[in-house]
Amino acid sequence: MGDIKLMKGNEAFAEAAIRAGCDAYFGYPITPQSEVMEYLAYQEPQKRTGMVLLQAESEIAAINMVYGAAGTGKRVMTSSSSPGISLKQEGISYLAGSELPCLILNVMRGGPGLGTIQPSQSDYFQATKGGGHGDYRMIVLAPASVQEMSDFVKLGFELAFKYRNPVMMLSDGIIGQMMEKVELFPQQPRFTEFDQRWAATGKTADRGQNIITSLDLDPSRHERHNLKLQAKYQKMKENEVRVEITDCDDAEYLLIAYGSCARICQKVVKLARANGIRAGLLRPVTLFPFPETAIQNLTGRLKGILTVELSAGQMIEDVRLAVEGKVKVALHNRMGGMVPSPEEVCDALIKHFSIG
Amino acid sequence: MAKIKGAIVIDIERCKGCEVCIVSCPTDVIRMEKKVNGKGYHFAYMENPDSCTGCANCAVVCPDGVITVYRKKMQE
Amino acid sequence: MEVKNLKPEEIIQEENLVYKRTSLMTEKPLSFCPGCGHGVVHRVIMEVIDEMGIQADTIGVAPVGCSVLAYEFMNIDMQQAAHGRAPAVATGIKRCWPEKYVFTYQGDGDLAAIGTAETIHACNRGENFAIFFVNNGIYGMTGGQMAPTTLPGMRSSTTPYGRDTALMGNPLKMTELVAMLPGTYFVARHSVHTPLSVRKFKKAARTAFENQKLNKGVSFIEIVSNCNSGWKMTPVQSNKWMEENMFPFYPPGDIKVNGELIKKAIPE
Repeated sequence: MGDIKLMKGNEAFAEAAIRAGCDAYFGYPITPQSEVMEYLAYQEPQKRTGMVLLQAESEIAAINMVYGAAGTGKRVMTSSSSPGISLKQEGISYLAGSELPCLILNVMRGGPGLGTIQPSQSDYFQATKGGGHGDYRMIVLAPASVQEMSDFVKLGFELAFKYRNPVMMLSDGIIGQMMEKVELFPQQPRFTEFDQRWAATGKTADRGQNIITSLDLDPSRHERHNLKLQAKYQKMKENEVRVEITDCDDAEYLLIAYGSCARICQKVVKLARANGIRAGLLRPVTLFPFPETAIQNLTGRLKGILTVELSAGQMIEDVRLAVEGKVKVALHNRMGGMVPSPEEVCDALIKHFSIG
Repeated sequence: MAKIKGAIVIDIERCKGCEVCIVSCPTDVIRMEKKVNGKGYHFAYMENPDSCTGCANCAVVCPDGVITVYRKKMQE
Repeated sequence: MEVKNLKPEEIIQEENLVYKRTSLMTEKPLSFCPGCGHGVVHRVIMEVIDEMGIQADTIGVAPVGCSVLAYEFMNIDMQQAAHGRAPAVATGIKRCWPEKYVFTYQGDGDLAAIGTAETIHACNRGENFAIFFVNNGIYGMTGGQMAPTTLPGMRSSTTPYGRDTALMGNPLKMTELVAMLPGTYFVARHSVHTPLSVRKFKKAARTAFENQKLNKGVSFIEIVSNCNSGWKMTPVQSNKWMEENMFPFYPPGDIKVNGELIKKAIPE
């Protein structure tokens, strides 16, 4: 049994970073995730584990600091919110192209542009379709609780190093700010065992240069590199799908939602069932790779799928691709920082599918 | 009575004929060949080898590092 | 036998070797234009690393610009960086590996345009690495466009009638700017177009590496260099043009040594 605390999502993420043996955090303040760096600064991680903490001059500088440290094989991370994540897109593309491991947290807020500080889920496309230029993907983990804000840090680093790829935790302003009980995992060792053969740590006599780059002007070689990256993403699709399915054994109507919307839908399922509607919830835990197979396995019995999102409807496109037209897919969505109540969603479910 | 004499070796295929070495030589040793190398550049050579003192000015200033310098000192 | 009667073949013997390109340059022929100062700067930095014996402890950062392929020629571990971001990348490396020698190798567009924030802030934080800033007053890699350091009236592909300061402002003197920050420890400007200037630059480069052990801040060395392709001259002409036109604006010399400003280097 680990330490049990009552914490904000952002704080749990920061505490988990220290416990996961993170080597460095580079960040920049932006609402609603500034607590991450504030908590880290207060904790003095340099004293706890020797972890480096640095407030950079911008989100762009921060992601490039991550790139530099990741290129030396260190376990590094950054966090930001939607407009700041937009700034980081070039750096993320470089990280993916150079095959560097790292963890990036996006605590989503409303957009586009400066938008609002209230929560949203409108960065789904940016996160899952490779928001920067070029053909790449990140593993995207969607925490739906303060517990997951902590647990996914350890998982995220493991996946990042397993695939030598950036991993994103796609959270939102509700999860970042809410307080819940969290059981924190014990302190993991820092990465001092140096076995990252590819890392640029100084060319010793026993090996050639280690060069961290995403540039290759030879088209046939560069195509081979891209094929290698695509094969990596295919492996992620085969091995890393995570999904939570509740009340689906007899479900006729399926709610699909992630993050804070999934929490709302947990209540919606109860409300629906109380009204005699056989509803179930499928919560993607990884948004990339998307749980297509899990959805397909349920479509046979379903009369309808309602996706619930705090956006104009982004994940719904992946749901529609997964069901391949076999089931009607409807959307209930709010934008601009507005959040639906469970009753509102339940009414929408009834209305969209003309139930009872 | 000369006490020091030098000689330089040019890596012909790497020389790009920029002529910066010519300007740097204090004893006017170097010229560019009329011939060209495999890349089409005129390349440097010792036109006045007897004047070379092995000071290495040319090698120090060569952007492509194509010059190797030798020097022999005679003991009295 | 008189020395002067020796034939070159008799002098060209292993035991008479005085100067050879360092083995820390890779065997790959340099892809720089003929006469470009970049080649000299690369070689001098590698000579310093060779002489200090720190190849196994050095990590270089090469951002976008003419120097983006530095890792093909410098036989050390390197990271390629996005345009302008080298000081941030170097910060990430050095903060995690304080015992290593870290340097950036940047051009004028990288350091003084897109990377101005990263340059200023790395210097302001007093990071313990070296910044080598090759200033040729033009964007060489992309075909000769105006740079922040392009001189007034100077022609480039985006200022074909000469830089008009009323429209495009004046050239930026980044070196003097960063010297004002307490976080810089050693700030100097050099050139590599004559044997003497190369030898002076090498001393400064050595200082920049040795300073890293002192943990006293950034060593920032600007190298005013030619771009004969961008300036549309021969290499020899471009070096002369540089002396006559660039040096009055970017005068070589020490600007800050051991954390102290050299008074006459900063105009009132």
